[in-house]
Amino acid sequence: MADFIQQIVVGLGSGAIYASLALALVLIYRFTGIVNFAQGELAMFSAYIAWTFLDAGVPFWIALPITLAISFVGGMLIERIVIRPVEGAPELTIVIVTVGLFIFVNAAAGWIWSFLIKDFPNPFPDGALRAGGVSVGYSTLGVLAVVGVVMGLLYLLFRHTKIGLGMRAVATNPESARLVGIRVGWVLALGWGLAATVGAVSGIMVAPLLFLEPNMMGGVLIYAFAAATLGGMDSPVGAVVGGLIVGVAETLAGAYVDVIGSDLKVGVPLAIILVVLLLRPQGLFGKAAVERA
Amino acid sequence: MSEAIETREKSTAPASGPRPARSWLRFLEPRGHWVWIALAIALILPFQLVPFRVFQLTMVLVYAVALLGLNLLVGHGGQISLGHGAFFAVGAYTAAIMMDRWDTPYPWTLPVAAAVTFVLGLALGVPAARLHGLYLALVTLAIAIFLVPLLKRFEDVTGGSMGLTLSKPQPPSWTGLAEDQWLYFLALAVAVAAFALVAGLLRSRVGRALHALRDNEIAAEVMGVRLAFYKTLAFAWSALLAGAAGCVYTWVIGFVSPDSFTVNLSITLLAGIVVGGLGSQAGPVLGGLFVMFVPSFAQDINQGAPGVIFGLLIIVVMYVAPTGLAGLAGRAVRSFDRTLRKE
Repeated sequence: MADFIQQIVVGLGSGAIYASLALALVLIYRFTGIVNFAQGELAMFSAYIAWTFLDAGVPFWIALPITLAISFVGGMLIERIVIRPVEGAPELTIVIVTVGLFIFVNAAAGWIWSFLIKDFPNPFPDGALRAGGVSVGYSTLGVLAVVGVVMGLLYLLFRHTKIGLGMRAVATNPESARLVGIRVGWVLALGWGLAATVGAVSGIMVAPLLFLEPNMMGGVLIYAFAAATLGGMDSPVGAVVGGLIVGVAETLAGAYVDVIGSDLKVGVPLAIILVVLLLRPQGLFGKAAVERA
Repeated sequence: MSEAIETREKSTAPASGPRPARSWLRFLEPRGHWVWIALAIALILPFQLVPFRVFQLTMVLVYAVALLGLNLLVGHGGQISLGHGAFFAVGAYTAAIMMDRWDTPYPWTLPVAAAVTFVLGLALGVPAARLHGLYLALVTLAIAIFLVPLLKRFEDVTGGSMGLTLSKPQPPSWTGLAEDQWLYFLALAVAVAAFALVAGLLRSRVGRALHALRDNEIAAEVMGVRLAFYKTLAFAWSALLAGAAGCVYTWVIGFVSPDSFTVNLSITLLAGIVVGGLGSQAGPVLGGLFVMFVPSFAQDINQGAPGVIFGLLIIVVMYVAPTGLAGLAGRAVRSFDRTLRKE
């Protein structure tokens, strides 16, 4: 039993990471209807920026806000420069553009920082909390706490600020929002900036666990997609819940289903994506899209 | 379906309007004699180049066949696949396993690889037909990622991470060809057959149905085009071509391992067809040349350079030239032609 609970704790730990990246995906999808295939790579790039500061001797808690600020501005710029020209273009075009961005950012990081893996310091203390045969690493707790805080901040932003209200208006109906005087273009950029910031948090949390290298987020991205699909592409709460479920499901499947084992775990997100899309395409918390032809 | 695709359509169709019958550049036009000229060049080249270059051109042909499949799906069908490398891999492994386990003579592996990937494409095409744009991209991406650990797992059949090493097809002695030349001609034969197949497919009912679906799904359905049927069929044909390309890949390389078929291959293929020209006939060949030669040149600058170039080009192409290199070439030829006529 203790072993089972231990596996769930481990699953929640990795689930929290998937949740953070899924949150970034959902933010962009909500505002622009785009699934950003480059989200993981942007997170990886942010982690490299943080690493550069840390490597230069900047303390972690100073490097973090600087990195987040750079990521925010970077995300906005990407929306303005890369995504703006294809706004309103067919899905196919947009998917291809974000895939182009994916390849570009991945290779650019390799070009700038080389493809060798780098050690990224863990911001959380080592060691673990023990209770009844189950040990919970401080870093797991830390990651869960960070995701909780990010979630709370986003909630405050969307529910209790004027900017948040405007952003929700744009997400609901861009045309009406424009008519009441909201600068839709800037709100979309803001959405990308926020997503890049949330992604940066995720990248910085992943880096100490997986080692920093340009392909670091490739594996995480597919879990984040599964999390976002499961929770509902347009629901931030869904992304977090979905992330935790995917994390736990993956860990349990790896530990207890012999056929899957640790090497085929990556089949779990594939199965989740397929099942959700075929049975309940809007996900657990998402709103079903109603199309008028 | 969209502006981008409509422009694409316009530039691939033979330019409308009256055209002087005896323009000496006519052979360069899409339906002119350029196919024969390209074929003639393709037949001469292996006798003029060193074996390594011949090998590179063989790989261009292999990629071209895979891109032809992807073009059918993305360019003509308006669906997207980020996992075509997986079909390529299945084709390659089907051939490799047949040759390794049962010592099957290599020509037999091609129809089997094609049939296996066709059936697989059909099976995956059923859910794919229900999935729209980005969801399909997601699922295919997940499949491409899943395939590598899957191949590693069934070690006794696939050889695990070590892969399978096979002997390459040897030229029959009556041909008097060297091994690299023989492989080249095998790849060329498959490529020509694949191009003929796709050209026929596109001229048929299937092609018209696909174009109708791509340009306006609802209108097409109203006209009686069976949406699910044709989308699934496009997926299956496209998978078949990728599988055939994978099979030829096994012949040419004589070695398969899971790490040759990572998700990077799928993304490279997508990059190739986007840059080469979606929905155009020359697109797969130009894309194949691009995928083969750009990385080998760019690699000298930096390990990251090929990716930077690929990524940038994809984005730029989508902005300024949705028809890719093929569209640009077509445009250049037409304007050159016009200038000549004026003089």
